[in-house]
Amino acid sequence: MAEQKHELAYDTKIEGDIVVTRADAAINWIRSHSMWPMPMGLACCAIELMAAASSRFDIARFGAEVMRFSPRQADVMIVAGTVTYKMAPAVRRIYDQMAAPRWVIAMGACASTGGMYRSYAVMQGVDRIVPVDVYVSGCPPRPEALLDGLLKLQKKVAGERSVQQLRVPESAQAPHSSL
Amino acid sequence: MSEEIVSRLQERFTEITPRESLDWPAVNCPARQWADLAAALREEYGYRFLMDVSGVDWKEEAPRFMVVYHLFSTRKHAYLRVAVACPEDKEPEVPSVVKVWPTADWHERETYDMFGIRFRGHPELKRILMWEDYPFHPLRKEFPLAGWETELPDREVAEQTGAKVIGAPMMGGPFVAPDEGPMSEREPRARDETWTEKNPKPKK
Repeated sequence: MAEQKHELAYDTKIEGDIVVTRADAAINWIRSHSMWPMPMGLACCAIELMAAASSRFDIARFGAEVMRFSPRQADVMIVAGTVTYKMAPAVRRIYDQMAAPRWVIAMGACASTGGMYRSYAVMQGVDRIVPVDVYVSGCPPRPEALLDGLLKLQKKVAGERSVQQLRVPESAQAPHSSL
Repeated sequence: MSEEIVSRLQERFTEITPRESLDWPAVNCPARQWADLAAALREEYGYRFLMDVSGVDWKEEAPRFMVVYHLFSTRKHAYLRVAVACPEDKEPEVPSVVKVWPTADWHERETYDMFGIRFRGHPELKRILMWEDYPFHPLRKEFPLAGWETELPDREVAEQTGAKVIGAPMMGGPFVAPDEGPMSEREPRARDETWTEKNPKPKK
C-alpha cells in the first residue's frame, strides 16, 4: 500500500481506524454480499441451481455459495422448480422458519407462474404463498440467469432502508398480497 | 400360445371371457372371481410379476369403471392383461390383490386416488399422490385438467396466506415452446394469447 502512488480514498494516516458511512449502506453491504441461500430444489431447475453453485459458474463469486439446508441459517430461499399444492405448505413453513431479513427468488417458469403445468396439482406461482423478490424466467433458466437474478436481488437489498426496518417488527410491515 | 392360456383359464374359471387385444392375451374377469383367478395366476400359471394396475373410466357406458392389471411371467416371458369391471358405478369396488402380489399396494392406492375405485381388503387404502383431504378424483372423466377450486392441504398456511387451490388458468392453452427463434423467445406459451385471466375468452 505504502509504495502505491495513487492512494485509495481511505487513508489510514489521516483517518486512523475510522470509516465514515451511512448505517444503511454498511448493513446493506454486509447483507447483500453474503446471502446464504436455502436451496428449495423441487424439480429440474434444481439441477441448474447446482450448476450455478459448481465451479464453472461459481455462485461463490457473489457471496452466495453457502447453501444452507437449515432455514434458520438462510437469507434467501431459491424456489427452484414446480411447486405442487401438496408441497406448497412445506415451502411456506420453511419460509416461516427463516429469520428476517429474508428474501425469495422464484427460479424458472414453474415457480414464477406454474409454467407449463396448467393443472389441478400445481400451484400457479409460488407468489401465492410467499412474497417473491426476484423472478427468474426460463424453463429451466441457465445458471447465468440465476446469477443475474441474484445480482438484481443484491441491488434491491442495497436500496432497502434497513435501519428503519430494524425498528419495525416484521409483523407490522406491509403484508404481501394474497392473490 | 396366446389363445392357449386364455382357453386354459376359461376351462377352469368359467366366468372369464376373452378380451380383444392387439398384442398380448387378455381376459375379462368379473370382480367376484378375480381373487381366485389372481391367486391361481401367480401360483399355478407363473405370472409372478404384477407390472401395472390402472383404472379406466368409460364415462356413460356401464359398467363405468374398470381396473386393468398387467401381469408378466419371467419363466415363459409372456404377458397377460386382465380387465376387472367394477359392478357398482356409484361406489366402485374390486377385491385387492395385495396378498397375492405385494407390489399391488401402491398401485392400488394410486388407482384409488385417481379414480376413486376402492380395493376391498387393502391393508391401508389411502391417497398416494394427492393429499388426504382432497375431495376429487382427478382422472375421472368429469374432472377437468385445470381442476376445481378447493382448500389448501394445510389449514394454517391457508389462513395465513389466503391462498386456495384454484382452477388453473388455461388461457389459450395448451402451452408449447416454439421450435424456432432465439432461446430468449422460446418460453412455453399459449398459441392464442388474446385472452388472459383478466380479459376472459370472448364467447363465440
